[in-house]
Amino acid sequence: MSATPPPRLLSAIKWSAVFLMLLPLFNLPVAYWQDALGADPFEAIQQTLGKWTLYSLFVTLGVTPLRRLTGFAWLIRLRRALGLTAFAYACVHALAWAGLEHLFDPAALADDLTKRVHIIVGLAALILLTLLAITSTNAAIKRLGGKRWQALHRLVYAIAILGVVHHWLLVKADFSAPAMEAAILAILLASRLLLPAKRPSARGTGKVSCASRTG
Amino acid sequence: MLVRRPPDIAPSEITAASLFARRRQLILATGAAAGLALSPFSAKAAPPTLKISGRADHAGGEKPTARSAITEYNNFYEFSTDKRSPARLAQAMRIEPWTVTVEGEVLKPATFDIDQLRRLAPMEERIYRLRCVEAWSAVVPWAGFPLATLIDKVQPTGQARYVAFETLADKEDMPGLRSRVLDWPYLEALRLDEARHPLTLLAFGLYGDWLPKQNGAPLRLVVPWKYGFKSAKSLVRIRFLRDMPHSAWMKASPREYGFYANVNPSVDHPRWSQARERRLGEFLKRPTLPFNGYAEQVASLYAGMDLRLNF
Repeated sequence: MSATPPPRLLSAIKWSAVFLMLLPLFNLPVAYWQDALGADPFEAIQQTLGKWTLYSLFVTLGVTPLRRLTGFAWLIRLRRALGLTAFAYACVHALAWAGLEHLFDPAALADDLTKRVHIIVGLAALILLTLLAITSTNAAIKRLGGKRWQALHRLVYAIAILGVVHHWLLVKADFSAPAMEAAILAILLASRLLLPAKRPSARGTGKVSCASRTG
Repeated sequence: MLVRRPPDIAPSEITAASLFARRRQLILATGAAAGLALSPFSAKAAPPTLKISGRADHAGGEKPTARSAITEYNNFYEFSTDKRSPARLAQAMRIEPWTVTVEGEVLKPATFDIDQLRRLAPMEERIYRLRCVEAWSAVVPWAGFPLATLIDKVQPTGQARYVAFETLADKEDMPGLRSRVLDWPYLEALRLDEARHPLTLLAFGLYGDWLPKQNGAPLRLVVPWKYGFKSAKSLVRIRFLRDMPHSAWMKASPREYGFYANVNPSVDHPRWSQARERRLGEFLKRPTLPFNGYAEQVASLYAGMDLRLNF
């Protein structure tokens, strides 16, 4: 399937990917209602949201290496939607922190934001991710121009690194999960360096044709 | 050809035909009744039923946390670092036979069989608050007797200033030991006066029955005014020492876990505030109480000490 699928199929693939990526999020209220989240369901919710923020970022970062490996240039068309699922998770995760953890108490929030390094790191990642989400629209790409847009969106690397560091700093004693995430991220970043970029295809009609230069 | 004669079976031992016919239903019914392994003991070697001779509410009348929450949410890193797996994995732990060696700066060191310890003193039900360092909490109905009873029996010498507690570290049954997340075996300790305090409990039971394995069967320490990690589970050794030992958590993260670990809302953990806690089963958080609400009984132990330094 190296040829771009017809528009309807492509759309279906894109929305299926988004739906699958968001399943863990949709499952949370179900699990909560079924009392399947354990004795501290709020902690479980927060951990699940954090985990899937990172995983959806990884999937987004995996689009380009997968594109280069398979030669399916059209995969790039999924990247924006997947990136926005990561943004969605990050927002809900931050909301859970503010609401479930601190019950929106300003003093408690300020305490965390000023004293806990991992919260500051997490907030930095969220701010950058928000910036990327806002500039993900076609209008923004046009306004910024391909080169500038690309430079800005390279921030996704920094965001992913901040996310892993956030998790690392958070963990109590068992570093196996953040260590595994760091390894996955390292592989994803390395693969971008090691896999050769394809020349821009004459066939690609994607609106992000400028951005696909390194896609 | 040797034909072995089967051992004689007394007629009284023959299963009634009606029971035999329903054997499958009976087995299923027994299984259902046993539920979530309410008894950690095999039918063969079960100790006598836990007898409770008295009840004391040390939780200000608060309702005990649901048993299912207490038995299905456990920090027992010897089995797993996640809180839900120990309920399942701890069933592999062999708790009979069980001995506890008491040694060190004592006049009468001894190795006690678990049955001897169970009979050392009448068991009292004590309803205590439990506050985990992670800022969640519960109200737990323990059953046991004061550790002081055991201490008096072994007679610490004048050199004994600290008491160390060691948890079982059985590589065969405890998959978590493979990870170096903590220095094994798990070690905790108290100052002698803390160990002697009437609130310090040697617990054998929970909710009127023997301790489930994931809660630290067959006996554990409970020190309600300190963070939960001080209340070591599944004790195999109690050692009286001259010098302050380093507990497992002190070694793992000295900046975060100190020797005293007294519940203190004004001393934050480096990574989170200790001012509030979430009671299991509730949504809204509640303020954490100094010494977990036991300040009246224990604050004098720390008179003159800087509790920020000695955290």
